[in-house]
Formats: sequence, C-alpha cells, structure tokens
Amino acid sequence: MAETSWLSEIPQLSRGELRDIRKGLDGIYRDFSREYGETIEALFDPLLAFLVWFEKLLLATPWFLVIAVIAALAWMASRSWKLVLGVVVSFFMIGYFGMWDDTMRTMSIILVCTMMAIALGVPIGIAMARSDRIQSTVTPMLDIMQTMPAFVYLIPVVMLLGIGKIPGVIAVIIYAIPPVIRLTNLGIRLVDKDVLEAATAYGASPIQRLMGVQLPLAMPTIMAGINQTIMMALSMVVIASMIGVKGLGQPVLKSITNQYFTLGLLNGLAIVALAIIFDRVSQAYAKRSQQHMEGLDNG
Amino acid sequence: MAEAAKEAETLIRIEGLYKLFGNNPQKHMPLVHQGKSKDEILAATGHTLGLKDINMTINKGEIFVIMGLSGSGKSTLIRHFNRLIDPTEGVIEVEGTDVMQLGEKSLQNFRRHKMSMVFQRFGLLPHKTVVDNVAYGLSIQGVSKSEGLDKAKEWLETVGLAGYEDQYPAQLSGGQQQRVGLARALCTDAEILLMDEAFSALDPLIRSEMQDQLIELQEKLHKTIIFITHDLDEALRIGDRIAILKDGEMVQQGEPEDILLNPATDYVEAFVRDVNRARALTVETVMKDPAYRITADTIEEALKQMKGFKEDYGYYINDEGYQGVVTEEALQEAYDEDNNAEMTAECCEDLDPISPDAVLETVIPDTLESEYSLPVVDDDGQMTGRLSRSTLAEVLGNEEKPDAEEQQKAS
Repeated sequence: MAETSWLSEIPQLSRGELRDIRKGLDGIYRDFSREYGETIEALFDPLLAFLVWFEKLLLATPWFLVIAVIAALAWMASRSWKLVLGVVVSFFMIGYFGMWDDTMRTMSIILVCTMMAIALGVPIGIAMARSDRIQSTVTPMLDIMQTMPAFVYLIPVVMLLGIGKIPGVIAVIIYAIPPVIRLTNLGIRLVDKDVLEAATAYGASPIQRLMGVQLPLAMPTIMAGINQTIMMALSMVVIASMIGVKGLGQPVLKSITNQYFTLGLLNGLAIVALAIIFDRVSQAYAKRSQQHMEGLDNG
Repeated sequence: MAEAAKEAETLIRIEGLYKLFGNNPQKHMPLVHQGKSKDEILAATGHTLGLKDINMTINKGEIFVIMGLSGSGKSTLIRHFNRLIDPTEGVIEVEGTDVMQLGEKSLQNFRRHKMSMVFQRFGLLPHKTVVDNVAYGLSIQGVSKSEGLDKAKEWLETVGLAGYEDQYPAQLSGGQQQRVGLARALCTDAEILLMDEAFSALDPLIRSEMQDQLIELQEKLHKTIIFITHDLDEALRIGDRIAILKDGEMVQQGEPEDILLNPATDYVEAFVRDVNRARALTVETVMKDPAYRITADTIEEALKQMKGFKEDYGYYINDEGYQGVVTEEALQEAYDEDNNAEMTAECCEDLDPISPDAVLETVIPDTLESEYSLPVVDDDGQMTGRLSRSTLAEVLGNEEKPDAEEQQKAS
C-alpha cells in the first residue's frame, strides 16, 4: 500500500485480521456457551416451568371463564362498563376468528415478561435514583438495549440457550425493560424535595423514605413506565416467534414467508387488540389510584 | 417574661458555627477565618459562605426568632439544628448532647423524639389523608396505627381542623394545610419545634390568625420554638428573643425591645424604621421610673414630700398600693383646713393607671388626654413606673433614639 493512502482512504484492518478477530471472539463465545450453556439453562428452569404451567392453565381454562376473569380485572381496574364491553367483544372476536390458542400463548408470555421486567426494572431504577454513578453506568446500557437491533442480541442468546421459550423471554425482557427502569429512576428523582426533607426531619430511615414517600409519589411515573414496557413486549412478539416462541407471532411470520395477507392482518389485529386492552386497563388503574393527587378546587 | 427567660436553663447551644458550601469546604476554611468577605471567598474559591461564626444559646420554653432577608442564611441555620445540613465547623449541643457526634441511627432517633419541624411549603405527603399526615411522625417512630390516629385526631381538633381527617392535603387551602403541618409537628410531643418560615407563604390575614394560634398554643404547651422569618413585625410579635442574620452573620441578638430601641447596626436600624412601634412595644419597655410617689401618712408630710418634686403633683400610695393622683394645690387646701389631718385617698383625684403589659397603641388616647403622666401599676397594685406624653412622643417619633438608660428602669 502507498504510504499516503490514509489521506484518501480511512485506515482499515486487513480482511485477514478482521476474520481472525471475528473467529477469535466467536470461538471464545462458542466455547463459553458449550461450557456453561447447560448450567445457565438450568438456572432458568423454574421460570420455564412457570411459563409452561401458566400457558397450560390459560389454554385449559374454558374460554368463557377466561373472558370473565379478564373482564372482571378490567372492571376492578377501571370501573368503566365501556372498557369492559370492549374487552369482552375483542376477546370474543379473537376466538371467533380462530386465534384463541395463539392469543392465550402470547398473553402468557407477555404477562410473565412484564412481571419479570417489573421485578428487575423497579429495583434497578431505584438504585439508579439513589446514586449518580449507577445512573451514569446504567443509562448507556439502556441506550444499547433500546437501539441495538433485536436480531443482533438474539444471536448470542440462541447460541447460549438454543431455540425456545426462555431465549424468547430473555429477548423480550431486554427489549421491553428500559422504560420501566428509566421511568422509575425519573419518578423517584422528581419527588418533591420538600416532602422528602420533611420525612427526613421526622426521622424517617432510608427504607421508610423509599416505601412511604418516594415510591408512592413516583407511582404515576412508574405506572407509565410499566405501560410502555407492556406495549414494547407486545411489539416484540413477532420477532420472538423467529426463535420458536409460540403465539400470535408465528402466524404473522408464516404469512410473511408465504404472502398470506389476510392471515397476517388478522393476527396483527389481535396483537393490536391485546395492546389496546392492556394499555387502557393499566392507564385507567393508574389514574384511579392517583385521584387524590389531582386535588379538588379549593373553595 | 424577660426575666423568666434569663433564669431558664439552656436547651440548645450553638458555638462557632460555620457553613461553607462547595466541593471542598475544609480546604478553604482558613480563608474564612482570615475574615475574608462572602464575595471575596466566592470569587477566589467558588465556595459560598452560608454561615459565619454563629453563636447562640436557646433557652427552654422560649420562642427564639431568627430573622433575616432571603440569602441571609436563616433557613440554612435552622437546618443545622436537626442536621438536615451538616456544618463545616462548630458545635451544636442540644440538652448537653453534641449533635455532631450522633451516628445515623441515633440521629434518626434524635429527629424522631427531640425535634419536629414545620415547613414554609408545608411538606405534607400528598398521597396520605390529613389524619395520616398528622400521625406521620408517630408512624415513623413505630407507634401503633390506632394510637397514632387517636392522637392525630386530638391535635387536628386543637388546631381547629376537626372534620377534615379524611381529606387529602390538596383539597385544603394554604392556611389549613399549614395547620396540618403544625398539628403534625405537635403530634410527636417533641420538645423543640423548628418553624422554617412557617407562615410566610400564607396571606396576611391567615398569617396573623396563625400567629395568634401559635402564641395561644405556646401558653399551654411551653415548647421551645425556633422560628424563622423575614418579617420583623412577625418576629416582634411572637419572639421572646430575636436574632438578626445578614449574609450569614449574626448582626444582633436580643429581646424585641432591645432590637427596636437599640438597633446595633445601620442594617438593623433600617429594618426597625418601618416597624409600627406603637404596636410592637409595651408600656413597661418605655416607661420612666416610678418617681413622685407620696407615701406619707399625714397631709403635712405629704406636702413636704411634694415640695421636693419637680412637678406640682404626685401619686398617692398607701399600704394597699396606688390610690390616685394628688395635686399640690389640693394638698395645700386640705392642709389649710386642718393641719393635722391624716393623708387619705379623699384628697386624690381619680386617675386610671395603665398596665405595664399594655401595648403602647392602646394607651395613646389616655396618655394624651391626661394632664399628668400616667402611673403604671401592675397586677398587685404596685406602681412600677409612669408614662408621660413626652416619653410617648419620643418613642413613637422615629428621629431620636430614646435614651436607653432612662427607658429600662422596668427591670
């Protein structure tokens, strides 16, 4: 190569070097997954068992009972007949168009993912709110999780755990957890300093401050995060189906490869219906539980 | 009142308190000790001098007012008492305990039991009902829920908010919210009450209502109250003693009358100039010594006493105390009639005395109408001083500072 070529071309590794790097890293990771894959998989066994049990439960329960339970939950959360009616009609239509089983499978995985995301995300958010250093380490990780194409982190997950439900759940959680973390952190940081100072002045311990003041006051923001997490988990369903997660994603995938427009549309609409139901119910719940915050007009 | 405060035991002692805000305050403390000004220190180091060499003692049972404009460090200072802010240097002692030595747990306990606090912007928990807010201090202490609620209800009633138990703070007006704040502070039975501009966010009418309520409560409870304000009228009204801060330094400390009558610096004087003295001062603080007393048993002796006076009248005082005012003329007449007559209240004219605790404003009409100086007589009937038109004019006219020595004969 000419000595001045760096002026016209960006300095570059040679193909050979690049290949060596790739091979090297792939080799290391492959060895790692061969070595520890089974151990790690075993760690997830309880989760898998729960996931399977929950899916079976939803599938085995008579359809009208499932609809009744969901309608009751919607009623308790929102106290709105309109919403409950919408829920019942949507689920009936889903069943009528032959998507009941897939919808139940999707629902079970979404619920498990959301619960996992909350269980992991809220504590991480709290830790971030308490320490600027943790916040500055976690924030770029969240940026990566949200922008890295899902397919890219599917590769190592599949290499490690193979194809199936667990890698699907992990992929969905990675994709869907950032909002709940970010908004928990934000919500706690936005808690009125005066109120927190008052709690401190009365001798509240850090735990009492967290449970009695910070979390309750941050709850509207945290709920918004949870809501976003549910939405993102649902939108991940199709991609997760590529690694063997059963549910509404698989028919969609099938219609893409076979150009079945109607099948794709129907299943897509079912996902949309689930999303809207989850969204409206959780929003209504959040709003209702925070009514006192709005305050009535004085006078 | 003033004497009682002097005898009272010291509850809080603050000595050589400094607070320097910034990244490395310890490093720059020498500059502060060299006596560099706030601005110089800020320019040289980027550190803000919050408090400079504060020394004070606060006695049990008094209302100690810390007054200053915004930026004077008064809110910083009050947060040192319960260590919401840690000092850079200095001693804070409460009941002989060095607060700076407390570990995390003992500090929590100290805050739970020793002090409670009322905030300018209320600091109520918006997600809890009023009664839960009042019981908050107790719930932090781990007192059982039902006991806490019972107590909270009592205090709510005391501050006049019975019936509002289940409302949320956002549903109350500012004044009501601050009453909740006050009830919350009282509910823990802490001996010391820190009030950080507690009434400043309220409109004037509600504010004076709250001041009255505080004074009334204090008469029953005898707490030690540290009260922060930027309003001198408020300070004079409720304070047993007042400390004035400026740019983090203590400018003057003393009883309200001291501050009013003997402002230590131009800064304090500028403050004091706008105060309505007639409303802020009591008779006791400006009256002159109880001269011109006629204590004789016979008219003849009385007349002799009278001759020694500069004035041609005197106040007749017998074993039962003050009886009335008597003129030389009347004495002379009585003497001419019967030169052996006993001195009795019959020679006296009625002249209603005034109380030493009366606010000047209330005695202005009587003082102006009377041709004599008004006698000041305490509850036991003893004459403790007198108040003349000229004294009144001197005190209320702002131009001249009344001579302190002459004024302070009361004690």
